[in-house]
Amino acid sequence: MEIIQHLLDGFLVALQPMNLFLVIAGCAVGLFIGAMPGLGSVNGVAILLPVTFIVPPTSAIIFLAAIYYGAMYGGAISSIMLGIPGASTAVATTFDGRPLALKGMADKALVAAAVASFAGGTISIILFTAFAPPLAKVALAFGSPEEFALMMLAFGTFVGLGGDDIPKTLFSICIGLVMSAVGLDIISGRPRLIFGDIPGFFHGINFLVLAIGIYGIGEILWTIESSRGGVQVSQAVVSVKRILAALRELVKSTKTILMGSFVGFFVGLLPAAGATPASIMSYGFAKTMSSKPGSFGKGNIDGVTAPESANNAASTGSMLPMLTLGIPGSPTTAILLGGMVIWGLEPGPRLFVDQTEFVWGLIASLYVANFFAIVLNIAFIPLFVWVLKLPFTILAPIIFVLCVVGGYAPTQDMHDVWLMLLFGVVGYFMRKLDYPMAPMVLAIVLGPLAELSLRQSLLQSHGSVLVFFERPISGVIMVFAVLLFLTPVIRAAMRSITARRAGSAGE
Amino acid sequence: MRRAELIMAIVMAIFSAYLMSKSAELPIGWVKGSGPGGGAFPFWLSLGMLICSLWIIVRWFMRATPQSRSSHPFLESHALALVFMVIAALVAMVGSIHFIGVYGAVPLFFIFYMRFLGRHSWTSTLTLALSTPVVTFLFFEILLHITLPKGATEELFYPLFDFFM
Repeated sequence: MEIIQHLLDGFLVALQPMNLFLVIAGCAVGLFIGAMPGLGSVNGVAILLPVTFIVPPTSAIIFLAAIYYGAMYGGAISSIMLGIPGASTAVATTFDGRPLALKGMADKALVAAAVASFAGGTISIILFTAFAPPLAKVALAFGSPEEFALMMLAFGTFVGLGGDDIPKTLFSICIGLVMSAVGLDIISGRPRLIFGDIPGFFHGINFLVLAIGIYGIGEILWTIESSRGGVQVSQAVVSVKRILAALRELVKSTKTILMGSFVGFFVGLLPAAGATPASIMSYGFAKTMSSKPGSFGKGNIDGVTAPESANNAASTGSMLPMLTLGIPGSPTTAILLGGMVIWGLEPGPRLFVDQTEFVWGLIASLYVANFFAIVLNIAFIPLFVWVLKLPFTILAPIIFVLCVVGGYAPTQDMHDVWLMLLFGVVGYFMRKLDYPMAPMVLAIVLGPLAELSLRQSLLQSHGSVLVFFERPISGVIMVFAVLLFLTPVIRAAMRSITARRAGSAGE
Repeated sequence: MRRAELIMAIVMAIFSAYLMSKSAELPIGWVKGSGPGGGAFPFWLSLGMLICSLWIIVRWFMRATPQSRSSHPFLESHALALVFMVIAALVAMVGSIHFIGVYGAVPLFFIFYMRFLGRHSWTSTLTLALSTPVVTFLFFEILLHITLPKGATEELFYPLFDFFM
């Protein structure tokens, strides 16, 4: 009952005229960003975060969360109409969305994607509302060792479940953490890692500089390189009658949508997993569950609803660990978390005690955002199709200028703009060589807290690392983290055993 | 692709070693009474970077990654020209901000990018080149009170600030 009371209070915050306006604006902006090929929620949130300094923190995060949401809806539009995923989270939507569009059923696919996104988002927020307060209550008892163990678990998921090259993933984590250590040492207050005595390094490397560099500059360079040649935009015939007919047919997809929502929510909780693998897994499950698996890939509507319900559910899921534990569940929430620090809000379980208005306002705004995202999405399908035809040579300079000005705004130091440009270009080259970027962004955001909790824990235990294993909660978390870090080793060992068995059987 | 992977790993290995020496300027061992020294955290992580870089190099020699087996160029020739032109334009824009300020550099960047890279008409190029700085000015300087660098154009803005403030 207490939760319902909090939620009602939250709605009072979310429905204030300014916040309501920001939710609608955020959804619209998110839908546009999501619909542009190559740009997704993480790019939108990174590039637009500096713009939100204009409003109070609660409104700012409501706006950014609405962008996050809108972009998840928008990703499907480009997947269906162009056959190019609007964001990596919408890759699985192209599998069946594109064939449907080619058959002249683009409107059906778009409506299915919107409804599935809405269902996925809504189910996920209900789960979120139920799970968040108890989890925060448990997390309140956490001390430094538990905090550090949780971060190890977060990084462990990248190694164990990320699926990227292992040394490159570890490298990415380490370099992100080292960059977070630039500036003044938090305990002794002495300057460290001041490269070339440049004064700009004294205030440290702002995570936004890295995030805008990689997800703004680097991403556009990536898109410029990969999106050459003309693309064919499908035609969508949109009328109220056809939309209603499409909605009626969706009843058959209920089971798939439910499955996608639950898969999305739980996969979304994990930092390394998130919306992209959730949507691909959900697509796979839908195909296995289906009575006609052969029709997948040729234009099965379940092939659209499964990934779309999952990616929206995952985006909400990834906010749960961010708000309750202070551990972001995705790169986008990592940037939101960094933003909260800038706004003076300490992420973690204390939020549920000290900042109830903020937390519940945000949660309620997610319900509101979901509602507006589906309305805007269906109402403005023709407009989004027009956006897809915008040449990239107009969008790219606008985004570049936003990045430069946005990189300057937080610290008002040209040093940071140069650094951002450097990160963008180097990050682009590293990404081409399969160095994963998400762990680096997560690491620079979590770095300061990771170092502080590590040093405090070691100080308490007089230097013994056993402190992380002796306490019951941190012990369990740490064991899981170690297992995740060792997953590649275990996998390699299993492979050699099976290979040997196969070899001996063959003799 | 093959050469690029090795070069990146070697550069990163050297960079890690530099970071280690830089971290070691502060105590990296145990400081009595205050726990691990200020340099410890970055030092051990830089060591981790170095080990990972060496590991990547070993895997390169074993041809264990797709890049190390690939004979494709790192950037196709047409993309190479385009990407480097864009990077050069960005560097030129940020560099010129120091001299002619944001409001001088941004329109020039738009003209170069839209007219010469995108081959758009002069009308659409100039519309965006001139409206973007105006929107930027109103949003950042007037609404947010964030002063953007203006370089030599600083004095031209005094009447504008008098008008808005």
